[in-house]
Amino acid sequence: MSILTLFIIIPVLTILGILSSKTHMQVKWISVVGMGLQLLAAIGLILLYLAERRAGNMAEVLFVQDNVWYETLNIHFYVGVDGVSVAMIGLTALVVFAGIFASWDIVDLPREFFTSLILLASGVFGFFISLDLFTMFLFYELAVIPMYLLIGIWGSGPRHYSAMKLTLMLMGGSAFILLGIIGIYFNSAPGGGPLTFDLIKISKETIPIDVQRFLFPFLFVGFGVLGAMFPFHTWSPDGHASAPTAVSMLHAGVLMKLGGYGCYRVAVFLLPEAAHQLGWIFLILATIGVIYGAFGAVWQKDLKYINAYSSVSHCALVLFAILMFNQTAMNGAIMQMISHGIMTALFFALIGMIYGRTHTRYINEMGGLMKVMPFLAVAYVIAGLASLGLPGFSGFVAEMTIFVGAFQNVDTFHRVATIIAASSIVVTAVYVLRVVGILLLGKIKNEHFEEITDAKWYDKISVVALIFGITLIGIAPLWLSDMINGGLGPIVQRLLAAAPVLN
Amino acid sequence: MLIMRHELLLIAITVILLIVEIFLPNTQKRKIILPAILLMAAVTILGFFPGTPGILFGGMFQSTALTMMLKNILNIGVLIIFIQSVDWLKQEQNKEKISEFFLLMLSTLIGMNYMISSGDFLMFYIGLELATIPVAALAAYERMKEKSAEAGVKLIFISALSSGILLYGLSMIYGTTGTMYFTDVAPLITGAPLQVLAFIFFFAGMAFKISLVPFHLWTADVYEGAPVNIASYLSVISKGAAVFIFTIILYTVFYKIAVMWSEVLYGITILTITVGNLFAMRQQNLKRFLAFSSIAQAGFILLGVIGQSQLGMTTVIYFALVYIFSNLAAFGVVGIISNRTGKENINDYDGLYRTNPNLSLVMMLALFSLAGIPPLAGFFGKFFLFTAAAKQGYYWLVLIALVNTIISLYYYLLVIKAMLLNNSDQPIAKFTSDGYTRTGLLMCVAGIVIIGFASSIYEMVFNLSFGLY
Repeated sequence: MSILTLFIIIPVLTILGILSSKTHMQVKWISVVGMGLQLLAAIGLILLYLAERRAGNMAEVLFVQDNVWYETLNIHFYVGVDGVSVAMIGLTALVVFAGIFASWDIVDLPREFFTSLILLASGVFGFFISLDLFTMFLFYELAVIPMYLLIGIWGSGPRHYSAMKLTLMLMGGSAFILLGIIGIYFNSAPGGGPLTFDLIKISKETIPIDVQRFLFPFLFVGFGVLGAMFPFHTWSPDGHASAPTAVSMLHAGVLMKLGGYGCYRVAVFLLPEAAHQLGWIFLILATIGVIYGAFGAVWQKDLKYINAYSSVSHCALVLFAILMFNQTAMNGAIMQMISHGIMTALFFALIGMIYGRTHTRYINEMGGLMKVMPFLAVAYVIAGLASLGLPGFSGFVAEMTIFVGAFQNVDTFHRVATIIAASSIVVTAVYVLRVVGILLLGKIKNEHFEEITDAKWYDKISVVALIFGITLIGIAPLWLSDMINGGLGPIVQRLLAAAPVLN
Repeated sequence: MLIMRHELLLIAITVILLIVEIFLPNTQKRKIILPAILLMAAVTILGFFPGTPGILFGGMFQSTALTMMLKNILNIGVLIIFIQSVDWLKQEQNKEKISEFFLLMLSTLIGMNYMISSGDFLMFYIGLELATIPVAALAAYERMKEKSAEAGVKLIFISALSSGILLYGLSMIYGTTGTMYFTDVAPLITGAPLQVLAFIFFFAGMAFKISLVPFHLWTADVYEGAPVNIASYLSVISKGAAVFIFTIILYTVFYKIAVMWSEVLYGITILTITVGNLFAMRQQNLKRFLAFSSIAQAGFILLGVIGQSQLGMTTVIYFALVYIFSNLAAFGVVGIISNRTGKENINDYDGLYRTNPNLSLVMMLALFSLAGIPPLAGFFGKFFLFTAAAKQGYYWLVLIALVNTIISLYYYLLVIKAMLLNNSDQPIAKFTSDGYTRTGLLMCVAGIVIIGFASSIYEMVFNLSFGLY
């Protein structure tokens, strides 16, 4: 049994533990222990992976486990990881762990809340370790559906509307993905032989080009919906704004990365020729998304909406980088996913904590919070600086890599897109600094705020864990980017082979 | 003798129950419930012992490993319905009619068994009628209720009409081929105009039974009027059996004109799924809601039929199995709540989770399974149906069906929203259901959870479906 199976077993056991527990405290502590173990397993996986690579194991995927599931359809339970998925697993484990602490004061139906949350997490873990398209899709849907309950029951604002909109749009995306996967399956062996869902095997074949052209838009849009691709991003601001803190964290931090990862791992990897021919359409959409999200954030007054639009902008940047089809930009895309995952989780955690104290999310009603809650305020400034790409934090490393990579495409179209996308950095600075100024500095506008207390111990665990992640990547990015590069190799080679005249 | 084992066993227990019924005084009819369920369970278990395939009556009756499995599936479904009905049967107004319920149910089941095993159109027709007429009596079971009586009358009229149409089609087949045996008819099907007409009549007749659009108009009214357990029987067992034999006849008799009927099916599939879904969205009464949802599900099953292969047959049977468990769970919950409180509307379910969490969970699992959410069995069933249709190259059909799964998810979520998200001043009060209901629901939940993971079930169905097409 491979170590990866742990990432399925631990959540399942945790859920069973939660369901059999009696009190609120038991539920919380079982969740903490379960997800703490998961985090340890993720750190262990990263170390093991690095050790294996250092020992010279150059296999495309490591820690493989392959069990036949449905024999006649050739469906396997097939798991394995490369550098990219290891990084994503690390991100997920960190955000889920922080999310448990951020939802410490859930009062209503805590058992159901933590069950759904961990069910969602197990879907995400399963998605990142799967190498079989069938199981991958299974885990993808498993990750999406608990969102409905999480937002609908524990959310705020127009939660019923947001939950329904989010679920239907994401499931609509997954319908497209399903069509794409079935299409790939029936063309997975163009030279004869058994049909397969095996991602690695399919990547060695060349699917007929007309089939590729038919399937690529479905797969890219399908995953793009979850990756908040313009114009399919509209679920994201509503969903994030209505969701409870931990769910926003998990959703913006991890779940939206499923979209980017899927675009990269399934759409681009398996259909490289079509990606080259049709990529420009999605590149335009991604570029619009980058700018649109940033300007959207400038206009908003609700903290969660600001951050949700900022997520749209940053996630569009991920798709933008993937569509640049070169190693540097793709590396940047993965870095951006991880950096944005941690950073936005931190943002949403802080917003949740601030809202829990001030009972408002409108920035105009707040002010001078630095004086009453210095810990949270400082953490907010750190998150903001990371978001606008200050060197020393993870955001800088990621965006720098993306734009350097993007600029390697010398033709006018790519250059213009890059310049437009890069200008979003300025807009990002505008909305981040504006919020920091209004929210944290200045006079205290509301006398009730004088009695507000600073972060509790469980808030601090959550915040410190995430800040640690941001600075670790910001200060020492090389181990991570090396790890990612190892995983990117096969994909970039395949893309190069697909388009010999790649400028 | 052993060739007809399933039918003979059912006839035997029907006779036993009839004799027992005679000696029970009118006030003691409830005592028949437990023996009836135990006998049915015994028959279900005995059905799983490997039997001898073969033919009887010169080919009119044929028994293969496949038909035996189909009968087992139906037996399981009927057993669950028996168990779920106990709470309802024990009500005061039903106390004198309890044994009739079991006897009528068993005789329709016998009819379905003969229908599935039929080797010629005459046997098929006799089985079909035996399966249909007692159901009409069952639909009018609560005859003092106006709606129930109306449902019975509607059902009998519609059955008569569809049987007439079907029979007309069969007579044309006899007229053009000179035989009624499936094996003899099949090579003589050439696509001559009269045969096409015959096929259309046959198709329309079956479409009434399976309630495909545009032959579905009776469904919602009958489901709404009939007692919940009868509605669930209609939507699951009746429909399942009709789909099985429909697929078998299409594959073994009409395979030569597959080009024609696959086009018909293509259109009917789209219509059925879409119309079923669009109407389901607007329903308030849960029985009508489930009626339209089951119309849409029937459309999904056609995706497997149109697959025209071993894979297609497998997915049809597999999905029917999954559908039986999911739909019975949903109907079971609706039934027990209707018995205890008389409430059948979606907004009556507001806040149900706070008062009856276990029932709400079962309902949620059932609806998620019907919507095709992993890791529940419905996901696997739907996935395989799409695979079967895509194998024939029907990608656009699959896409339309996929879009429809989103619509269906919407209305299933409406019920889940009522139960879990909404709060109500007057939620359905907390009640404890009896052991029978719990057993029935537990069996359904076990099916919903396990069938997907246990790939051996799928493999078994696949192996038995060999050589049909």
